[in-house]
Parts: sequence; C-alpha cells; structure tokens
Amino acid sequence: MAEPAATPAAEPVLEVIGITKRFPGVLANNDIHFTLTRGQIHCMLGENGAGKTTLMNIIYGLYQPDAGEIRMNGRPVMIHSANDAIRLGIGMVHQHFMLVPQLTVTENIILGNEVTQGPFLDRRKAAAQILALSERFGLEIDPEARVGELPVGARQRVEIVKALYRQASILILDEPTAVLTPQEAEDLFKVMHALVEQGVSIVFITHKLKEVLAVADQITVLRNGEVAGVVAPEEASEASLAALMVGRAVILQVEKAAAHPGEPVLSVEELRVTDERGHTAVNGISFEARAGEILGVAGVQGNGQTELVRAITGLMHPLSGRILIAGQDVSTATPRQITELGVAHIPEDREADGLVKPYPVVDNIILNSYYRPPFARGIVMNEAEAVKQATEVVERFDVRTPSIYAEVGTLSGGNKQKIIAGREFSRPIKLLVAAQPTRGLDVGSIEFIHKQIVAQRDQGVAVLLVSAELDEIMALSDRIAVMYRGQIIDVLPAAQADRETLGLLMAGVHPAQD
Amino acid sequence: MSPRPLRLTRLHVFAALFVLLGLALLWWAPGAFEADTISRLNFGLGRDAPGWGAPTRLTLQVIGGLYLASGLLALVNRWPRVSLAALVLSGLLIFPAVLIGAAAGKQTNVLTMLAESLRLATPIVIGATAGIWAERTGIINIAIEGMMLAGACFGFTSLFFLEPIMPGATNLVLLISVLVAVVFGGLMALLHAWLSIRFNVNQVVSGTVINILAIGLTSFVRREWLLSTRAGRITLPNIAIPGLVDIPVIGDVLFNNKPIFYMMFVLLILTHVILFYTPFGLRMRAVGEHPEAADTVGVNVFFMRYLNTTISGMIAGLGGAWFSLETVGGFDDVMTGGRGFIALAAMIFGKWTPFGAFGGGLLFGFADALGTRFQILNVPVPPQWLQMLPFLTTMVVLAGLVGRATAPAAEGIPYEKQ
Repeated sequence: MAEPAATPAAEPVLEVIGITKRFPGVLANNDIHFTLTRGQIHCMLGENGAGKTTLMNIIYGLYQPDAGEIRMNGRPVMIHSANDAIRLGIGMVHQHFMLVPQLTVTENIILGNEVTQGPFLDRRKAAAQILALSERFGLEIDPEARVGELPVGARQRVEIVKALYRQASILILDEPTAVLTPQEAEDLFKVMHALVEQGVSIVFITHKLKEVLAVADQITVLRNGEVAGVVAPEEASEASLAALMVGRAVILQVEKAAAHPGEPVLSVEELRVTDERGHTAVNGISFEARAGEILGVAGVQGNGQTELVRAITGLMHPLSGRILIAGQDVSTATPRQITELGVAHIPEDREADGLVKPYPVVDNIILNSYYRPPFARGIVMNEAEAVKQATEVVERFDVRTPSIYAEVGTLSGGNKQKIIAGREFSRPIKLLVAAQPTRGLDVGSIEFIHKQIVAQRDQGVAVLLVSAELDEIMALSDRIAVMYRGQIIDVLPAAQADRETLGLLMAGVHPAQD
Repeated sequence: MSPRPLRLTRLHVFAALFVLLGLALLWWAPGAFEADTISRLNFGLGRDAPGWGAPTRLTLQVIGGLYLASGLLALVNRWPRVSLAALVLSGLLIFPAVLIGAAAGKQTNVLTMLAESLRLATPIVIGATAGIWAERTGIINIAIEGMMLAGACFGFTSLFFLEPIMPGATNLVLLISVLVAVVFGGLMALLHAWLSIRFNVNQVVSGTVINILAIGLTSFVRREWLLSTRAGRITLPNIAIPGLVDIPVIGDVLFNNKPIFYMMFVLLILTHVILFYTPFGLRMRAVGEHPEAADTVGVNVFFMRYLNTTISGMIAGLGGAWFSLETVGGFDDVMTGGRGFIALAAMIFGKWTPFGAFGGGLLFGFADALGTRFQILNVPVPPQWLQMLPFLTTMVVLAGLVGRATAPAAEGIPYEKQ
C-alpha cells in the first residue's frame, strides 16, 4: 500500500491507510487514505452517504474496517471499541448528541470515567475540573444544569468538554453545524481555533462549503466512499469543492427569471399566535403573498417563524387576527381543509411532521390524498393507483430509494425531502409554505429543491419561504420579510436586500429608525 | 389588546374537587355522628397507654374545613406554591379522617395499625426496589411476581428438606433457605435477561412468560414434594435490636421485628445511595435513559443490563422469602397473591426512586391494614368502600398535583449495537 506523502514540517498524528468497509450491498469506504497533522483543522467534505460518518466511526472504534490500517503518531493501532479510541486520545462529537438529557452536565461528562472519593461520586471535584476545562478553552457551560434543559449550542459545548475531559488530542466533529444557528456556528469556530492553538487536532465533517473555506487548514473530499481529492483551502473555491463533492459542475446560484406577481393568495391580518407554553410568539403580523412570487421570511430561529407557519397551515389556531387563503378565512380551519384549498406544506421538522417514518415510500407519497379517488374507492384502497403515483414521483423527483416499498425512515435526509416535495407538488396548488426546506441537505439535493420551488413560482404559485439560512433567502426570494420577536420588522424587495442590512434587521436594528 | 385566554390548569380542576370533598365532609359529618361521639385513638397497648379522644364530628368538620380552605386558596389563583403545598397536606389528612370516622364511639390502636401497615408493606417495598434495579437500566420487569413466587417456593423447599437433615441448627437452615430464595429469584431474572437482551424478546412478553412459568413450576414442586405435613411451621425469628427496642412507644413496634423486615430498610438505603451517589448508579441511570451515550463512553450496556436484572431478581427472591419463611412458614399455590404487581405500582408511584417506592408501598400496606381494622371495628359501611379512599386520594394527589411519572427513556427498548 502506498504511503501518503507526509506534509513537510508537520507531524502526522493520525493516518488512515487504505481503509475499506463494506456493508451489505454498499461499499461505504473504498481504499481511503487520509492524514491529520498536529494542530490542524482538517475538513472532511462530502455529500450525505459519501462515507464520512462511516470512516469516522471506524476511527472511533464503532465499526471494524474490512481492510486497511490506522496509525497514530506513526505507530499502527488497533481500535476495537470506543474505549480503545478514548484511551488513544480520540474524542468524537456525534451528529446526534450522545448525552443523557435527564442527567446533569457534570454527570454526563464524567460518565464512564467518574471522579470518586472512596466508593462515592465526587460531584464537587468533578464540577471544578469541568469548570477549569471550560475556562481554559472558552467553552461556557454550567456543570449543574440538566442537559435536557440546555439549548442545542450548549449541548454541543458539553460534548466537546466531554471529549476534552477524556484528554482527547484528536477531536472528531461530525456535522457540528447542522443543528446550529449561524451565530452559534461562529462561536463554535472560535472554540475550534482556541482548541487548535492548544495543540488539539480537529477533524471537521461537514457538507457546507462556506464553513469549509472559513475554517479548514486542509480539505479531504469524499465521494461515493472514495477520496475525490485533497486540497488546500487557498486553492479551492466553493464551486470547485462542490464539483469535487458531486462529481459534476453544480450551479450554486439559483437561476430564475423576474417574477410576475399576480393576485394576493395569502393575506395575513394582525395575526397573533401563542406558542405551546402560552407565550406570545407571533405578535400582530400583517402581510400578503402574491401568486407567482416568493416571499422569503428571514430571521434568527425562534422569533415566531415556527408558530407563523403552524398557524397558516392549520396546525395551531391563532389567538386573534385573520388568515385568508384565496379569499377564504382559514383562521379556524383544519389542516385538511387548508390542504384542500390548494396549500402545500414542507414542514420545518420533516422527520416529525412531514413523513410517517415506519411507512413505505408509496404510502408516504399519497399521505395527503389517500382518502380520495383515485387512491380510494369507497372504503377500499386502490393499491395499483398508489403504486403508479409513487413510481412516477420517485422517477420525476429523482428519489434514490431501493424500492417504493422501502421504509422512509431508512432514507437519507435529501431523499426524504424529495419525497415530501414530490407529494406536495403532484397536485394543483395555489400556495406553497416551505419551512427550512433544505436544512441538513447536501449540495445536490439543495440545488434540486431550489429548482423545484422556483418552478412552482413560475407556474403561478405563491411561495412563503421560511429559512434561517440567509443565503437561501437571498438566492430564492423576490421579496424578503424579516421577523424579529414575533413581528415583521421590515419587508424589502430582494434587489435592495444585502447581507448587512438583513443581518442588522435580524438583530432587531432598523437602520431607517436610527 | 386581546383578552388573556382563560386557562384551566389541572391544579384548578383538583382544587375544585377538594372544595367539593370539603363540602361533602362538612355536610355529612353532622348527620352521621352525634356531637358527643368520641373516637379514641390509642398509641400502644394496655389501659394506660397514651391516647387521644377525638370528638368525631368536630374533627371531621375541621378536616372538611381544611379541604375547603385549601381548595379555595388554590382557586384564587395566587401564590401557586403555597396552595399546592396546602392541597397536598390536606390531601394527606384523609388518612386520620378515615380512621377517626371508622373508630366513632370506639377505640382503636393507631400504633399497632401503623406497625401492621409497615409489616404488610414489606414485600411490596422490596418488590418495588427490585423493580427499580431492573427498570433503571432499561429492562421492564413485570415478572417480579413470578420471581417472588419462585423465591417463596424454593426457599421453603430448602427449609423442608434441610430441616430434617440438620436438626437443631434451625437458624442456620433458615438462613440457607433465605439465600436459596434469593438465588432462585436471581435465576428467574437471568432467564428474563437472557430472553430480552440476547434474543430481543419483547420484555412484557418475556416477563409474562416468567410469571406463568413460576406459577406452573411452583405448583408442581408443591404437589410433588411439599404436600406432606411433616414440616413444622417454622418462621424466621424476631430479632430485638438492643438499645433501640427500649425506646418508649415505638421501640417495640419498630425494633422487635423479623430479619426481612429490617432488610427492607437496608435495601432502601443501599439502593438510594448506589443509584444516586456512586459511579455504578450513574452508569445504571445512563444505560436506562440513553444506552448509546453510555456505550460511546465505554460503559458495557449488555453487562449492566444482565447484572442489574439479575440483582433485581435476587431482591425479588428475598421478597418471596418474606411470604414463605418470615410470615407463613409454609408454601401455598400463588401465595404472593399479586403483591409483585402491586410492587410495580408502588415503584411507578414513587417515580422509580427508592423512597418514593417506600411511600407507595406504605400506602398499599396501610390500605391492607385498614381493611382488617374495619372488620374489627365493625364499620357499618362496606369496608371495601373505605379501603378505596386512600387510593382515591393518592390518585388525586399524584395525577393532579405531583405530576406525571416519567419512566426511564430507554425502558423496554432492546439495545442493538451498530
């Protein structure tokens, strides 16, 4: 096996040499070579299913490779379990946090490696150690807090401290920014730089190109389980990385013609909505979305966007105010009545609200129309029609699934979202409510979903696009409304909206009023 | 501004219920009792034991008044903390209220009644502790009943066969028999663990299988070997704890008891300390809530589950020995009589904590003792109705005020390594 050439003047701490891992029917990793040097932030870039997580699980001892070797500090090592990895100084922050919500921060961090006094836990000493770590690396955490009550960003810091507590010198971060707001991601990058300065080496797994260019010292791109390229960030651009990732040129810019807005389809008048705990979340909002335009709703998450969408789609009833869709008051209508008016909904949480995960693809595709012809004949289902419809949607929306009978829960995020889009778009609609439509998706899927949304607009559908990704809002919208603390602070034509203005509005600063 | 929507919380619903209960008590008491009726509550045996003659009608009216007041206080919708505490406290007054109502014009010994409650609570509390050990690590154990039954049967079988062989060494034989009970409880649990961990059998199904198996197996053993009457009715001896037994009033009741009764307290304290203050307990809880998280930091989920389920069975086996070796001195078919299931209820009542489970066990023990007491006092109301009252109150207090019990999150879900 060929040794990868060591970067001069840099000491390799972790080398992966020719790792191959086969799962039934899939070659997840094929002869992968990868070198991490001390104090480096090494980005592992690739689409969902490219084999990034498999490789990291091999390094962390959760999977055993079929072939290949792992070396640390030049010596070959065998990693049979997470225990081995921890002993060798490898720490991993999993994409889905490995924290017990019912336990405190201290308990979570010391679990498996407890601080004791005699036979008993020494919580005070442990908390002191944790505070010392948190101060040293600038990771703000409260050792006494219960993890289940912490926001996502804080949980991630707990995960990092957990690895550092085990004296990790190599930190693997698996898609750490997927769950973070842009601000939290910025904070994370600061922490990563602080860690690197103190000699920790970081493997940073992501599929967000901007982040890669912002923080990486070195980039390895994976595609279909193989290394597609190793590049330095200075030599790379978003477009070149995307092309490496997907294997073809990707158009990152959304191409769209000028909008031709028509009649208002959705009018919201003085809407007030409370959240589940009874606090006012939407506080007197009025706006209109017209046929043939995309109205983007920008804003930091948690400023009432979720409740706004839930009220429009009938999942929550407003406290006061009116919602009109195609001239009809739907303030107290049921979700089905609203659906039947021609409203499509791409929900924010596709796992929970968009799909029935244990159902097969075919049943999910007819989930909004199963009860009417041609899928239902009286009280009997017409299986043949459902299969026909599902086959067509899978074809047209390029859903990669083993069959239309596969359980939806087993598919990747991108394919799940394509199934939702396919379901919602395969009937005549007047209004599309899309909440965070590309969250957690890979570049190829994002491109596809964006095209579909623009295509709907061009067919005369009014689109309400809610997204926390400023880039997405700016790329797609014809008009942009910014939400702040339950109110729309301003509505701008897309042409007048630049990053800076929007950013200030999102923070509640209205330049015109200053 | 839109008006603030009226929100009816559980607290309000239950406050209203308390108001109704208070009114009912105030209305009912004057009709049911003469003004000069006295309920005499004694604390101890004998003529000169300390006691308290409570005027039945007045006491019940006062308690009814307290119900009414706490309910109204909660309905006023201010000071939520104070009114919650008031509701819980007046809720607990149902116990003296029932006792005083039942003892109208007579006298009853409160102390022996409490002692009896504690004694009858023993198998329930031990069973609940057993449940905690398994369920905290994520294995549902509805087979406590079966494990207890196995313990009771094989413990007594051991006594039955060893006693003739080792005459004179009764205490040693009894000790060995208790250990046999513990071992057989553990063996049943090991089977449960094997089925549910190795083969991912649904844990409720596996538990049911164990329960049925225990009934069949113990009935068979009894019919084959234990039917001859030559065994004397030997039970575990009373042990007076020196010093403590001399404490006036409560000394004799609490500190002159049988060993498994004492073990209940030892187990409670041990379980509490291990669960919440040791690394082992921390790992137990982590495995029960989020096994993947525990696995990624090197805690062996399977080992923890096997070990703790087995410990659970051993504790249940000890609970079984309470029936055959500490109380009866014999074995009857299905002699545990559903106490293993009641133990589960006590465990859930106590939100999977040892002392909470103790409270639940006491409640059930109290209800048991109350039933007997009512028969002695010859209460005109069917005793079943009065026996229901503590349970009813508990439901109200639990459902309405204390809040929902949350089981360990990974309970019943087989752990599969990737």
